[in-house]
This record gives sequence, structure tokens and C-alpha cells, in this order.
Amino acid sequence: MSELTLTVMRLGFLAVLWLFVIVAVQVIRSDLFGTRVTQRGSSRRGGEARPQGRQQASPPAPRQQSGGGRQRRGAPSKLVVSEGTLTGTTVALQGQTITLGRAHDSTIVLDDDYASSRHARIYPDRDGQWIVEDLGSTNGTYLDRTRLTTPTPVPLGAPIRIGKTVIELRK
Amino acid sequence: MSSTTHTSTIGAIGAPSRRNTELALLVFAVVIPCFAYANVGLAMTGEMPTGMLGYGVGLGLLAAVGHLVVRKFAPYADPLLLPLATLLNGLGLVLIWRLDQSERLQQLQKNAFGAFNPAAPNQLMYSALGIALFVAVMLVMKDHRILQRFTYISMVVALMLLLLPLVPGLGTDQFGAKIWIRIGGFSIQPGEFAKIVIAVFFAGYLMVKRDALALASRRFLGLYLPRGRDLGPILVIWAMSLLILVFENDLGTSLLFFGMFVIMLYVATERTSWIVIGLGMSVAGAVAVATFASHVQARVDAWLDPFGCYATSGACEQIGQSIMAFGSGGVLGTGLGQGHSDLIGFAANADFIFATIGEELGLAGVMAFLLLYALLIERGVRTALAARDPFGKLFAVGLSGAFALQIFVVAGGVMGLIPLTGMTMPFLAAGGSSVIANWALVGLLIRISDTARRPAPAPAPNPDAEMTQVVRP
Repeated sequence: MSELTLTVMRLGFLAVLWLFVIVAVQVIRSDLFGTRVTQRGSSRRGGEARPQGRQQASPPAPRQQSGGGRQRRGAPSKLVVSEGTLTGTTVALQGQTITLGRAHDSTIVLDDDYASSRHARIYPDRDGQWIVEDLGSTNGTYLDRTRLTTPTPVPLGAPIRIGKTVIELRK
Repeated sequence: MSSTTHTSTIGAIGAPSRRNTELALLVFAVVIPCFAYANVGLAMTGEMPTGMLGYGVGLGLLAAVGHLVVRKFAPYADPLLLPLATLLNGLGLVLIWRLDQSERLQQLQKNAFGAFNPAAPNQLMYSALGIALFVAVMLVMKDHRILQRFTYISMVVALMLLLLPLVPGLGTDQFGAKIWIRIGGFSIQPGEFAKIVIAVFFAGYLMVKRDALALASRRFLGLYLPRGRDLGPILVIWAMSLLILVFENDLGTSLLFFGMFVIMLYVATERTSWIVIGLGMSVAGAVAVATFASHVQARVDAWLDPFGCYATSGACEQIGQSIMAFGSGGVLGTGLGQGHSDLIGFAANADFIFATIGEELGLAGVMAFLLLYALLIERGVRTALAARDPFGKLFAVGLSGAFALQIFVVAGGVMGLIPLTGMTMPFLAAGGSSVIANWALVGLLIRISDTARRPAPAPAPNPDAEMTQVVRP
């Protein structure tokens, strides 16, 4: 057998061996599994109870406005669940609407028999002030001790009670 | 004004089954040894080897059986474990066959035993037995948590397996270590199986006791020292492994057992102090034994200066030849079948098989092999991370830790990094017990990874469908 053939085979074998290693590493790379973040299509929310819906045609606009509002000192930066089964859960406030309810597509899915599927939502208004609104729930939403009837601004640290769950806005 | 954008859901990505990836890799893993086989044949005799078809078909059949069983009984298992084990086993077969062709080794065996007995066919048979055990693990054990019930039974079984070679009439003293037993013409190395069984005990025991071991501790010099009574188990294991060392002259197994316990203890408790204590104890034990046991003393001498006693001691000559094999291999090696690693003589195809890789495939080949092992271990540790139950986590870590330690101990010993201990390179080295036990080990890891990666069972009933309860004051 010629020297050349053997040299080619020797190098070829090493190359094939390393190719296997590289392919195996590629498999590992494609095998990383964990969590996936998917953007929710806006069409899914179209049918929901949303009285004053979306007059804004362009999505980035409200974000910019609320973003401007967020710059104020003393604006809340997170929402904290302080009582109930979800105690300790926090959600960062970034100008998005937070929906609360037992429905599995709510931002905070309440595991609470006294909560409705779509119970309430919390959203920033034009000035970046956070507003809580009851979405026609069975047992009502309470801010401090008063039952909400209209969208109401939420002061920092005021307890919002939904069934057995209490949430508040914090800095 | 509400903004409805920037709402996103976070959901788990279901791990896909990946069986087809496994199949593709398996085909690759069977083709590479065939290539190596042809390479050896062409280099040594100048023509394609005659037995090539048999080996290729044999290895392919074994891989196919393994794959079909995994596809049927562990559909979500890790896609890399089986191909990696198959590739290592296949290349081991080729290397053993290559060393069988060496006239020097044939002559050596004729002088010692009267006849030459090729090791490769036996190794193929043992691989088949290993696959059979692998299949048995898949079929019998539907859930690894069954093993949890046998925590203390497995301790007793492991101790019995370890003590078997000391039973007069059953144990045989070969090559200076009493680690074999002989039953009906077969010599078995019970320590290889004890490795797996003891991992069951450690995992079951630590799962129950880890809180006591982790939390009840005093802080001293920046280390968390456990209470005296919690030190009990580690002391017992330490004493046990030292006893093995003294009575069976088996440095490797005792190191393996103690190291595995320390690894699992560390994983269970997250206390660095266990590592420090474990390292201290193993150093103390090793020094003590090295000064008293002549067998270990000779190994240490051979490690410290292999060329000083090259002409006088067989152990030194082996290590010296092994180091020379690695050296003459260089970066790219001499090519399969063109080295002189058979000069190592005795155990060239067992403990010293890594030297053949070093000489004929060079540094590049050695690195590739070490990476193949590392990938196997990484998949084991990844399985432990993904496992949902503490027993499975500890068990998978223990098995991969034992595997890693064994490779470190053997490769380090052959390369002259640490004293040689006389263990087998998993899957590569000739030796029935080792191949069979390691296939069982891979089977267990595949079973755990199947459980760990299986998508969660049916989701809870939709909460939207339930009626809201009305508060009645």
C-alpha cells in the first residue's frame, strides 16, 4: 500500500473522528431546551371585553407616551402580589397592559375560585398614571376598601383586592 | 389609553424526541469504526481485512438493536448517549483487533499461556452481552425511581460484590490484584458492577440525609464543618475503600468509590467543605497505603521515575513504553496499524489501550477520544440537571461522576500524570465486565434522561371552564 494512500487515510480518519465530535456538539446546541417567549398576536385579543379598545392605530405610540411618563420620579416600576396563592410574584411595569383573571392567557393567572376569567386590568394612561379597571367581574375588584365601578388611578402601595388575592404597585 | 403590544407568553418548549438524529449519528458511529478497520488492514497487510464485514455487520446489528429498543421504550431519551457509546465500543473493537494482529503480542501470549487467543472476537461477544443487559435495563426498568426502594439492599449487594474476590476458592489473584472472581471458566470483575450498585445506595441515602449534612454545620476558617455524627457515613466509606485497597491491592476501585461518594455528597449538599475534606482524606489514605503496601509502592516508584527503574521492573517498563508511545505519536500520529504500541506487552489492549491511540492517532486522536468521553459525561450531567426528582439527579450525577473519574484515573495513569491504578478505559479496553457494566450504566442514564425529557403529562383542566364562585357575605 502506497505511503500516500496511508497518509491520506490517517488524516482522513482523524478528520472523520473530529467531524463526529463536531456533529455531536451541534446536536447538543440544537438540543438546548428551556422556555420560549412568543409574541401574542393582537388578533387574539380582539374579541375581549375592552370597552374603549384601541383607537391607537400604531402600536409603538402608546409605549412612547407611557415611556415618557415612566421617567417621572416616584412612578411605580413593578406590580407585586402580596396576598393569595401567588404571593411574591412580581411583574415589571413597562407600559404594557396587565390583565388579571383565571383565564390562562392573563398576564397574571389567578388560581382563585373567587376570581373571574377576565377579572380586571391595569394599564397606564396617557400621562403614565396607572389605572385599574374592573372588567365586569362576578365578585368585583376592590381598591383599598371601595369596590370599583369606573377605571380608577392606583396610588403607590394601595392594595387592589381580587378574591383572595391582593396586589399593589411598588417602586 | 391602553397599549396592547409587548404582551408575550412564556411557555416550555417541548423537547422533541430526537430519535432520527440518534439514528443518523448511530450510522455515523458505525461507519467510523469500519473506516478504522479498513485503515488498519491496509496499513498492516496491504489489503482489505477479511473479517471486516463480520465486525461491521456485528456492530451495526448491536447498534440497530439498541436504537430500536430506545425508540420503543425510551422515546424521549438523550440522542447522544447511544451513538457515543457505540462509537467508543466500535473503535475499541478495532484497536483490540489491531493489537491482536501484532506478532509480538501473539508470541508473548504463547509463551505465557501456551496458545494465542485473539481478544477481539471475545470483546464482540461481550459487547453483545452488554447490549443485552442494556436492553434488559430498558425493558425491566420503566422508571428509575424503582431503584430508590433498594437503597440499603444495594449497599449490602455492593459490599458483597466488592468482597467476593476475597472469598477463598472463588477469587483469583491475577496480575497482582485480587479483583477477579472465576466462575465456570469466565473471570468476572465484580467491582465494575459494584460501581453502579453503590451509586444507587449513595443516591438513595443522600437524598434522605442531605439536609442534615448540608445545614447542621459549624463555620470554621471559612469552611462549613459538618457535625461529628454526620461525618459517620463518609468515614465509613473512606475506611471501606481503604480496606479494599489494602486487601485487594486495587487502588483504582477504592479511588473510584471514594471519589464518587465525595462528588455526590458535594452535589447533594452544595458544601465545598466536603470536597476539601474528601481530598484531604484521600491524600492521607493514599500516602498511608503507599508507605505500607509494597504493591502500591512499586506503582508510585514507576510513576515518579519510570526510566530510572526501566530495566529492572516490569511496571516501570510498561509505563516507560506507554510514555514513549505517546511521545512518538506526535500531533497527528503514525497512522492506525503503523505504531509500535505493542511494545508495552502485557495489558496493551486493556489498561494501556489509550497508549495505542496516543501513538497511532496522535494528540489529535487523543483529544478527540477525550472529547467523546467528555460529551458522554456532559450528557449524563445534563440529564441530572433536567431530572425532576432528587434521586434521579443524584443517581445520574453519581454515574457520570464515576465514569469521569474512571477515565481520569486510567488516562492519567497511562500518561504518567498519576500513579497507574489498573482500571479499564470504559468501552475501549478489552475486558468483559467493564464493557457489560458500562453498557448497563449507559442504559440507566438513557432511562433517566427519557424520564427527565418526557413532556409533562396532560395539562390541568382549563380554569376558564370552571364557574367563578360567588362571595356570599
